[in-house]
Amino acid sequence: MRDALGAVQSVLVLGGTSEIGLAIAAELAGPRAATVVLAGRDPDALDTAACALRQGTSAKVETLPFDAGDTASHDGVVAEAARLAGGDLDVVVVAFGLLGNQAEDEAGGDGAVRVATTNYVGAVSAGLAVARRLKEQGHGTLVALSSVAGERVRRANFIYGSSKAGMDGFFQGLGDALAGTGARVLIVRPGFVRTRMTAGMADAPMATTAEAVAAATVKGLQTGREVVWVPGALRAVFAVFRHLPRFAWRRIPA
Amino acid sequence: MANRPLTGWGRTSPTVARVVTPGAQETAHDPAHDPAHDPADPAAAIGDLIRQAGPRGLIARGLGRSYGDAAQNAGGDVVLMTGCDRILEVDLAGATAVVEAGVSLDRVMRTLVPLGLWPAVSPGTRYVTVGGAIGSDIHGKGHHRDGTFGAHVRSMEVVTPGLGPLTLTPEDTPDEFWATTGGMGLTGIVHRATIELLPVETSAIRVDSWRTDDLDETMALLAERDRLYRYSVAWIDCLARGSSLGRSIVEFGDHATLDDLPAGRRQPERALRFNPLDSVPAPPWAPSGLLNRWTVAAFNEFWYRKARPRLEGHVVPAATFFHPLDMVDGWNRIYGARGFLQYQFVLPDGQEATLRRIIGDLVDRRVASFLAVLKRFGPSNPAPLSFPRPGWTLALDLPVAYAGLPTLLDGMDELVVEAGGRIYLAKDSRVRPDLLEQMYPDLPRWREIRDRMDPGHVMRSDLSRRLPALAAAGRPAPPPEPVAALSGGEA
Repeated sequence: MRDALGAVQSVLVLGGTSEIGLAIAAELAGPRAATVVLAGRDPDALDTAACALRQGTSAKVETLPFDAGDTASHDGVVAEAARLAGGDLDVVVVAFGLLGNQAEDEAGGDGAVRVATTNYVGAVSAGLAVARRLKEQGHGTLVALSSVAGERVRRANFIYGSSKAGMDGFFQGLGDALAGTGARVLIVRPGFVRTRMTAGMADAPMATTAEAVAAATVKGLQTGREVVWVPGALRAVFAVFRHLPRFAWRRIPA
Repeated sequence: MANRPLTGWGRTSPTVARVVTPGAQETAHDPAHDPAHDPADPAAAIGDLIRQAGPRGLIARGLGRSYGDAAQNAGGDVVLMTGCDRILEVDLAGATAVVEAGVSLDRVMRTLVPLGLWPAVSPGTRYVTVGGAIGSDIHGKGHHRDGTFGAHVRSMEVVTPGLGPLTLTPEDTPDEFWATTGGMGLTGIVHRATIELLPVETSAIRVDSWRTDDLDETMALLAERDRLYRYSVAWIDCLARGSSLGRSIVEFGDHATLDDLPAGRRQPERALRFNPLDSVPAPPWAPSGLLNRWTVAAFNEFWYRKARPRLEGHVVPAATFFHPLDMVDGWNRIYGARGFLQYQFVLPDGQEATLRRIIGDLVDRRVASFLAVLKRFGPSNPAPLSFPRPGWTLALDLPVAYAGLPTLLDGMDELVVEAGGRIYLAKDSRVRPDLLEQMYPDLPRWREIRDRMDPGHVMRSDLSRRLPALAAAGRPAPPPEPVAALSGGEA
């Protein structure tokens, strides 16, 4: 159960090796030595992440196989995660996602489809499985890691951006569908975050870190927000960007 | 029957439960074929609800005045008891009454005070049910003399998942009686109780009050004088610093006798009139930031200055003395959307230094507590989870929006435990779960009794989920039989 000051007892991270997901789990697990379940594809990477989390916090950490593309398994993964967490899931972070390589994926191969399948189809399937569980337990928050890339899709990364646009829209609707059930959805829209995913890329303006995203997310959970932008100023920036005419927008550099 | 979001009085942590009422549900029995089944019998109706509870169990709820999550059950059933609110029998000579558990103390008082009977224990609000008063084993300004509410319950009717309907008394069934008293609803559902009452001549209270300059004076006054009065309490100005730290208004009271009243008001029906004004709702537009450090400081300053240094023999209506906050309906909303919590702890005698340190910490950090109430408790009772024990209790109302609150309160939990004290579960919404066992050393004994009354842990609440020490089994489960021994050999 979440307590009156926002401390939780259990956290599930879908995409358990995601740096932002782990930073959120670390921040949430601190106050009450919560159980954190890291679910992901690569068992070795999960173990490494679990070790780091155990060292950095007082959390009890469990790991669980999870593949965003294997949608038939998602209900089972959520049930098993709840069992490992000792009952209820207080916070579930949907943290998995692929960035892809825009130029290569445009040229051919299955990269574009993999990005779309993981980021959108996987999120829809896992999101619904989690929502069913939270609804049944009468409480809990799903944190969806979206991106400003989906707020208005750019020429430079429209495969990734469109998958996030779909995912973001899906979680907005899911949050509305869950009103009155005790379950909630918090959508987090970070800008450019310096992580492994963006390693080697030049910093975009207003770049931020996984820790900053985690701090803003936890604050959003405590204050009952539905959407959090990181950094917060991006909300105003995108209010302008949304209305730029197409000829100007398509000239926005990478 | 409907899914509804529920919170405690502090309005933090809403969760959704199926709200049911005894008697209104589809019964498992068909009355036409089962003449023994009486739909008007609350015990049978509650028994049906217990049998029909889903995997997330059920918990009883009264008027929702517990500050935290004691009367919430996310994803499960919450049995709303406020419909069972009859006063069934009154014994004027013996000063007892048989009431249904959903009746409020407000209703009990409006009915019985004109007959010259006062509830043996009256908390800071009349809007609690008798069932809730038993489940939380509540106390009032008279604890140093009268003990808790549970100490004045002669008997109670409880429906338990494990043992069915029971009549509990402290003489015949002490284990079950005291495990249910203060048991936070986790042993079963109380639906009827015989409560003791106090004969009074008037509905007024004769008050002596002192304004003190610092904490030493406040504590000395309470320690020396509270035995002279039935009721005592100190309102601490939690923002006074330095040499004024702990300055207070200390109030002592007794039930006024007819002789205390002016000659014109001594006819019994006038003297016993109990008709507090219906409460005025807190304005819905009240800004959520209404209570901040500056407004609270101004209010405390005003409250302190308004009190005369010493006032004796002041006769006031009982509701003014006991229930000043009941005058504003929904006053909890002025803390804004995020709500507030109450931190109440007790420290044993001899731990005054810890009390001073906690008040000092609050003042240093400028945490604005709108209400800070200090009282000395009398002896405790045999209930394993009953909060009061001899010593000092301090209750603080705190808005949750204050950024440093989680760390501050976790630190205070530790100080309280080191000093041999405990926090009050009926007020709690955030205690450190790992410290509960140290705060309540009789928890293991309570769990064993609870396991007899509810072996399947059907009685569940958000509180029992948040604090695993309440949900745990009384005795660890025996290790499973080795499977090999069963399947071996035969194949």
